[in-house]
Amino acid sequence: MSLVLKISRLAKQFRLHLQGGVRIPVFDDLALELQQGEALAVTGPSGKGKSSLLKLIYGTYKAGGGEILVRHEHDWLDLAHAEPRQVLAVRRQTIGYVTQFLRVIPRIPALDIVAEPLLERGVAAEEARGRAASLLERLNIPARLWSLSPMTFSGGEQQRVNIARGFAAPYPILLLDEPTASLDEENKARVLAMISEARAQGSAIIGIFHDAVDRKAVCTREFDLDHLKSDKA
Amino acid sequence: MTTGYNFAYLNEQTKRMIRRALLKAVAIPGYQVPFASREMPMPYGWGTGGVQVTASILTPEDTLKVIDQGADDTTNAVSIRKFFVRTAGIATTEETAKASIIQTRHRVPETALSENQILVYQVPIPEPLRFLEPRETETRKMHALEEYGIMHVKLYEDIARHGHIATSYAYPAKVNGRYVFDPSPIPKFDNPKLDNCAALQLFGAGREKRIYALPPYTEVKSLDFEDHPFSVQKWDEPCALCGSRDTYLDEIILDDKGKRMFVCSDTDHCRKARGEEAA
Amino acid sequence: MTGPLLAADNISKFYDGRVACDKVSFELWPGEVLAVVGESGSGKTTLLKCLSMQIALSSGRVLYSLRDGRMESLADLSEAERRFLMRTDWGFVHQDPREGLRMGVSAGANVGERLMAVGERHYGRIRDTALDWLDRVEIAGDRIDDSPRHYSGGMRQRLQIARNLVTAPRLVFMDEPTGGLDVSVQARLLDLLRGLVRSLGLSVIIVTHDLAVARLLSTRILVMQQGKVIETGLTDQVLEDPQAPYTQLLVSSVLQV
Repeated sequence: MSLVLKISRLAKQFRLHLQGGVRIPVFDDLALELQQGEALAVTGPSGKGKSSLLKLIYGTYKAGGGEILVRHEHDWLDLAHAEPRQVLAVRRQTIGYVTQFLRVIPRIPALDIVAEPLLERGVAAEEARGRAASLLERLNIPARLWSLSPMTFSGGEQQRVNIARGFAAPYPILLLDEPTASLDEENKARVLAMISEARAQGSAIIGIFHDAVDRKAVCTREFDLDHLKSDKA
Repeated sequence: MTTGYNFAYLNEQTKRMIRRALLKAVAIPGYQVPFASREMPMPYGWGTGGVQVTASILTPEDTLKVIDQGADDTTNAVSIRKFFVRTAGIATTEETAKASIIQTRHRVPETALSENQILVYQVPIPEPLRFLEPRETETRKMHALEEYGIMHVKLYEDIARHGHIATSYAYPAKVNGRYVFDPSPIPKFDNPKLDNCAALQLFGAGREKRIYALPPYTEVKSLDFEDHPFSVQKWDEPCALCGSRDTYLDEIILDDKGKRMFVCSDTDHCRKARGEEAA
Repeated sequence: MTGPLLAADNISKFYDGRVACDKVSFELWPGEVLAVVGESGSGKTTLLKCLSMQIALSSGRVLYSLRDGRMESLADLSEAERRFLMRTDWGFVHQDPREGLRMGVSAGANVGERLMAVGERHYGRIRDTALDWLDRVEIAGDRIDDSPRHYSGGMRQRLQIARNLVTAPRLVFMDEPTGGLDVSVQARLLDLLRGLVRSLGLSVIIVTHDLAVARLLSTRILVMQQGKVIETGLTDQVLEDPQAPYTQLLVSSVLQV
């Protein structure tokens, strides 16, 4: 198995200038290694930085220190110090991310939202939409909703669109933030199956699962943030 | 000839200034040369530019013909001809072939010109780009940088609106492969005559203070599209007087019941075709 | 292409001692959409005008990678080269579409003008290209012969976009392209822009005061205040994890980003 992600000495704190400059520490000296085909569950109490870790890996949060090395196109790239265009290239090809909540853009049909990662990779529109359709079908989103914007969907439906989008294109690394929250048992099972399939195809997963049962169903390892308390502010 | 005036009205310094402008214009075919247009004893819009050019090149040995819309006997043509008779005492004629200098408004003579002749045009608006670009600073740049895209925009609009290029006079053309110019409000029928003409052609705009020129045998190519090539006007009937089918015809209304006839606009040419002597 | 498309090198612009832009530097790589955000007086529009050669710099340079591969300082180009660049390789979408259109000629002529300016001489082809572009910006083909005077604001803006894109420019500048439009019209325009940017591989520098527009369209953000660059980075990063005090203020002032 080969290494796809190597994080060392990762530090993150928030400085809220609008609240008198108060500092909110997240972590101090985090290290993590991820192998191809692994599924890592990030655990720990709320507010300890689980989502933040995913966002740091994705580049949505800015690292305060340390390195985030990712295996991208046969080379190593430090995401903590990369140029924006490099991070975008990594997001397009190497790291996929299913956020906790779908960020809805009005007017874009659900089908196009799901197809977008494929379109970004240059896949032809018809093929991309075809794959999007089969994913939506698998996640029980009825076809009559595909041409609608998810603005009016229920929370669960929005989340399933979000998941479909995350799984549309294959990624070596997949970040999942509470993918099974707000899903009923049947849909949960489908999502867990999709995660296992991605793993079987060689993707490495880092996931946050609220439910211990779900976590154990797909994950091979746990990474507990509770043991990485940073220094008190 | 009336005494008290310099030969051909303008003083010699002015003639020199205009001749310098003419030399520049001939050196850069189609390029508008600014010149210090003088106050003339006729208002702007009555041919002051053409008159100044003619006055600057006239010699006592010249024979002058003046036409307006192709005719020698319209008010304008008559008064300008008289003006030069009074101030220069030169010979005048109505026969194109006998003139050494021809000043014209809005038409080119049908008779082909020779290397010994000069055609002087009266020009109201010298700038072909003016209708779409009102700024002089901008049009000068466009000419300098050969940015003539908007000329074709105008032609495009014509085709979109009328199905064909509707411009029928003052039809823009490219001179010597470089400058786009306005040939003055001559009908587009006459544009082909400017191309490779044996005579020197000079253009004077008095109010706008510009002079431009076409040296003999200069290429003049009217603008068009590949799929809408330049074409000239045609009439269904021949000239009612001489039977010509290849000259520009004027339409004359005969009564108020719609009766009309078509006659050659070039009176001298029509007369010759009929075999009559000039008046 | 292995280098940046455009590089701003310490661009400064002064007006009578007042600083409008203060040593702004950045690189724009092909395919990037850079949003320059800030409030009134931040210098963002001045920066855009400096970059697009509409006003002269007080100091600094703008370097551009020409189609033949050379990276040249724009100030070193001849006027002919600059004007040619602006007509073919660049686009500029004005906030008020009337500034970027010829209101007196038809939509088809507006779209076809750049083609005619670079020597296209076949009326049929010009018209077909214009129809194709009107379709791409979602304007009905039967409006091709109408003057933009008869168009709504949103249609005019879309026409302006078509007019700019017909020569396949590599870099498009946009100055508050959705300013003054109704919200639903804005949304439609932004969707269109997103789609076009992706399908044409455009690089864009867009000035906006609206963070939602920046979020939707851009991949990078430059935050300006009083002529200076306060913060710069990936769009989602600057908006979700703003570092500078001013950026945090800006982001928190918006209802929903």
